[in-house]
Amino acid sequence: MVSEKDVQGIANLADISLPAGELGAFTAQFNDILEYFDILDSVEQTSAGGTDLYNIFREDEVTPSLSQADALANAGESEDGYIKAPRVV
Amino acid sequence: MTQILSFDAEDEYNAFITICREAEYGEGPLAGRGVAVKDNISTAGIQTTAGSRILEGYIPPYDAHVVGLLKSAGAAIVGKTNMDEFGMGTSTENSGFGPTTNPCDTNRVPGGSSGGSAAAVASGMVDLALGTDTGGSIRCPASYCGIVGLKPTYGRISRYGLIAYSNSLEQIGPMGQTVSDVSGLMEVISAYDFHDSTSYNAPYTHTPNAAAVEGLKIGVPAEYFGVGVDPAVAEAVRTAIGRLESLGAEAVPCTIPSMAYALAAYYVTCTSEASSNLSRFDGVRFGPESGRKKMWHDEFRGIRGEKFGREVQQRIMLGTFALSAGYYGKYYAKAQIARANVRADFERVLSEVDVICGPTMPAVAFAFGEKSDPLSMYLADILTVPANLAGVPAISVPCGTVDSMPVGLQIIGRHFEDELVVDTAFAYEQGGN
Repeated sequence: MVSEKDVQGIANLADISLPAGELGAFTAQFNDILEYFDILDSVEQTSAGGTDLYNIFREDEVTPSLSQADALANAGESEDGYIKAPRVV
Repeated sequence: MTQILSFDAEDEYNAFITICREAEYGEGPLAGRGVAVKDNISTAGIQTTAGSRILEGYIPPYDAHVVGLLKSAGAAIVGKTNMDEFGMGTSTENSGFGPTTNPCDTNRVPGGSSGGSAAAVASGMVDLALGTDTGGSIRCPASYCGIVGLKPTYGRISRYGLIAYSNSLEQIGPMGQTVSDVSGLMEVISAYDFHDSTSYNAPYTHTPNAAAVEGLKIGVPAEYFGVGVDPAVAEAVRTAIGRLESLGAEAVPCTIPSMAYALAAYYVTCTSEASSNLSRFDGVRFGPESGRKKMWHDEFRGIRGEKFGREVQQRIMLGTFALSAGYYGKYYAKAQIARANVRADFERVLSEVDVICGPTMPAVAFAFGEKSDPLSMYLADILTVPANLAGVPAISVPCGTVDSMPVGLQIIGRHFEDELVVDTAFAYEQGGN
C-alpha cells in the first residue's frame, strides 16, 4: 500500500503537479493497480531472465540532418541559436 | 509529377485530429489513394500531437520512415487520426481532443488506442490507415469496428519518427477494410531503416495466398476462451476456427500458462518505459511553451500537470514507482522474467503448431464511460498484450457479430512469419464468400 504522501512524492519525482483535490483518487487507483501487480510475486526466478539479444551499432558518421532553423522551429523562444528554458538556479 | 487529392469526407465520428483537405500525391502502387496516419507518427509540416494537449501545435520538421515510404508509393496523407493520448488506452476516450465514436454504434467506443484510424476505415472515409500497437492498439479497434488490423513482428517496421511510448513493445502496422489492403500497405511500409537500431532487414513482399491454410496446424489456447471472455464471443471465434478447419486446417488445444501474469508484466513494462520516454515533454523544445517565470522543476510540474491527461499522469507515476530504488526488483525485474516466460511459451507452442487462434478482445465494444476505472480498462487488453511481450505478429480479422457488434478473430504467428498470419486471415475472409 502506498499513502497519499508517497503518491505526492512520486508525482514530484515525475515532475507532475497534481490538483490537491485529486490526490485521494489517484492514491486509491494506484493501490488497486499495485495490488494487481502483486501476481508478479508468483513468477519464479529462472534462467529465462536474460536475453540472447545484442546491440546493433553503426559508425558515428556525420550525415545531412536538420538545419538549426528547423530544429528551433517548435521551441517556445530561442536566442542566438539556443532554446530558452526556465532558470535552474 | 505531384497531384492533389481533394479529401472532402465529413468527419462525423471525430476520427481525425487534423484533416488535410488538399493532399498531395505522386506515382507508385498507392498513387492517389488516401491514407490516414495515426497522430503519433511524425509528418513533416502537418501537426502531430499524439492525442496530447502537450504537443498541440507541434509541427514535425521531418517524416517518420513509414511516412516517407507512403509518399514514395504515391499515397496521399489525408489526415492524422485521433487516439488515446500517447497510445495509453483501449477506447480513445483518453484523447486530449475528445473521443472518437464507433461507426457501428456511436454510443460505444471504437477501441484504442488507434480508434481514429479504425473509425476512419470502418466509416469508409479512407480504406487504408496506419496504426500503432503497443499492447493491442491496432487489433483492439480493428476488432471493435469490424475491420482488419495487423501488428507486425517486432523489428519489421521502422519506429523512426514514431513518438515513443514503450519502445520495446510497440510497432507501427497497417489497418484496412480487407486482408489484401492490409497486406498491400504492409508491403509499402516494411523496408529496412538504419535510423532504428531494432529494424530488421526482412522486407515483406507477399501476395495473400488462401491455399496456405491446407494442412495448417492451429493452436487453440485454453486461456483465450476462459474466465473473463464473453461466452458469445468465444462461440463466434470457435465457429470461425471451424471454418478454417473446413478449409483444410487442423485445430489442436494448447496452453499458455504465463498468461496468468502477462497483463501485469505488460503494464509494469510499458509504464516504466513511458516514465522515461515522456520526460522530454516539458514545454521548452516543442508544444505549448512554459512561461519561464518560475524555477525549472516548478515550471515543468505546472505544464505537465495541466497539459497531460489523467491516465498519462497515472502511467508516468506508476512507471516512476516501478523503477524506483527498493521497488525495481519487485516490479520491473520480475516483469522482465515474466516477459521472457511469455516469449518462451509462445515459442514452445509455435514449435508444435503453425499459428495460434483466439478472440482479439474478450467482449465486443463497450459503452462510453463503462470502464471509467483504469484497472477495469486494463483487463480488456488480456488477449492482445501477450503478442507484444513475445514480439510475434498478430492480426485481427472480423468474424461475425454479437449483439450486432463486430467480433475479431486473432491469428498469432511465429517471429517474422507475418506472411502466414496474413494468409490464414485471407483464407478465413475468402472462405466466407
